[in-house]
Amino acid sequence: MDINRLERVSDFQWKILPQGKMQVPAIIFASENLIKEMDDKVYEQVTNVAMLPGIVNASYAMPDAHWGYGFPIGGVAAFDPQQGGVISAGGVGFDISCGVRTLHTGLKPEQVIEVQDELANMLYYKIPAGVGSTGLINLNNHEMNEMLTGGARWAVEQGYGLFKDLERIEEQGCIEGAEPDQVSDHAKKRQKHEMGTLGSGNHYLEVQRVVEIFDHEIAQTFGIKLNDIKVSIHCGSRGLGHQIGTEFLKKMLVNAKEYGINLPDRELACAPIHSNLGKNYLGAMRAAINCALANREIVTHLTREAFEQIFPGIELKLLYDVSHNICKPEQHLINGVSQELYVHRKGATRAYGPGHPSLPQDFQNSGQPVLIGGTMDTASYILAGTRESMQLAYGSACHGAGRCMSRRQATRQWQGNKLIQELAHQGIQIRSPSPRGVAEEAPGAYKDVSTVVEAADQAGLARMVAKLEPMICIKG
Amino acid sequence: MPQPRWEHFEHQADIGIRGYGTDPATAFEQAALALTGIVTGLELVKDSEMTEITCEETELELLFVDWLNALIYQMAIKKMLFSRFKINISNGILTALAWGENVDITRHQPAVEIKGATYTELGVFQTENEWVAQCVVDV
Repeated sequence: MDINRLERVSDFQWKILPQGKMQVPAIIFASENLIKEMDDKVYEQVTNVAMLPGIVNASYAMPDAHWGYGFPIGGVAAFDPQQGGVISAGGVGFDISCGVRTLHTGLKPEQVIEVQDELANMLYYKIPAGVGSTGLINLNNHEMNEMLTGGARWAVEQGYGLFKDLERIEEQGCIEGAEPDQVSDHAKKRQKHEMGTLGSGNHYLEVQRVVEIFDHEIAQTFGIKLNDIKVSIHCGSRGLGHQIGTEFLKKMLVNAKEYGINLPDRELACAPIHSNLGKNYLGAMRAAINCALANREIVTHLTREAFEQIFPGIELKLLYDVSHNICKPEQHLINGVSQELYVHRKGATRAYGPGHPSLPQDFQNSGQPVLIGGTMDTASYILAGTRESMQLAYGSACHGAGRCMSRRQATRQWQGNKLIQELAHQGIQIRSPSPRGVAEEAPGAYKDVSTVVEAADQAGLARMVAKLEPMICIKG
Repeated sequence: MPQPRWEHFEHQADIGIRGYGTDPATAFEQAALALTGIVTGLELVKDSEMTEITCEETELELLFVDWLNALIYQMAIKKMLFSRFKINISNGILTALAWGENVDITRHQPAVEIKGATYTELGVFQTENEWVAQCVVDV
């Protein structure tokens, strides 16, 4: 991206003033170097979002922003329902409520190194991953509807997961207002055999080692110490979410004209929040959020079973679970007045600061744990939400490293099997049904996650707390 | 007249598919082959089982996305991959026969699951001597 097209607000904040049909400015949070590396499509997409009706303050892009669909991946935008604001199926994406959760294990690296192969095999055996894999749970219609309204709470009631997990999940594991009736039979059918599966692409389960602590006080609050072993799980609402996204995108696209919406890009398909279509999508999307929360809870249950086999009596406590493809009504201060806005985060993590009423008591002083996934041989980071972030981009931060290379380029550059061997030499065990899938997800195909996270920290979006490196990675 | 063919094109996060043919139906068939090509090598997929797919949409570009999404749906619920297609388009109604087989993890080593076809880089258009159908697919 040509940096001369942007106005510098600070070293880590850049502005595009409203032009043409833009209702508000666009703001990109990134270092100069990250901006220069960003695709021009990010400029086009972040400015297109600024054209949508009822957008408030600005259209934002996080430091990991890259070319997405309609919204850039790493895009954040909030809409005011009182000002004709919209909800966009494209702004949430296909993988509704995709997110990350991190678990404590109480283990140290030497304990894992001793059984690393065995643990990797056990996790790979227990957790269905990749194309064509099916979960162990088959839901009938009634159970499906219960799951779609109950989320992780439903999963725990069925014996998957622990009740004490719930307070450590965004929305306490269950979002209200889900409407299973708005979820098509096709979407439900697509989900029938997919509960408790990891999926593929950039989804993963990692056993990680804490290699660096940046903020000791917050790390202590989060229960993170140097050389701790953690488990991170990255997955979403599976086939159900994909199908809901597909169907509502089309409905919103063909009805846009009727609502008087002039779409700058078809993929930005949206409907007024208060319209029937908008409400129907909200009901269906919330059902998909519950599906994702239930799915991560079941995968956690399977993870606990795998660890129990190798470390009898072990307890895996949940640190936090947060989604990064989502739209939710939230209260935010606009010109000093609290307003309800529908905040879209597409490939962006909620990062609420200290004192926010929706955070559990334990995190009231520290701010929310912000879980940032890296690649299979670099690092993941845990950050904490800041008060400042609430004013910057509705309490949002980046969600990962962000790709810098297409899948095609990646397969030309790396061979999956060779990469798996190389990583094994470095002490990282990869398990995947697909070497090509591993090559497509090669670490070199991503931006340097450290630079992205430092930019988020420097911009004030979230504060760096700890760095984690992978020891085992299960890829779909 | 150029031969029907397919290719992938670059998208930073995902991948684009493009089919070329003598008419829209052939271009749609070729794009569907490109779709399977995202998941595995086409030559690895046997055409032993047939599935019928129908879509209805008057706008050709939207019909193309509908077709791909209908195919993605069949791939997902039947856990299948498809390697041969026959499409007919008439008055906004697309009827297709798709031949393929169940996913075999060991033999196909499927690289990635397809979530949906998008309206990004979507186009169905005619060049001097052939039809092109393309869009980006979310994986």
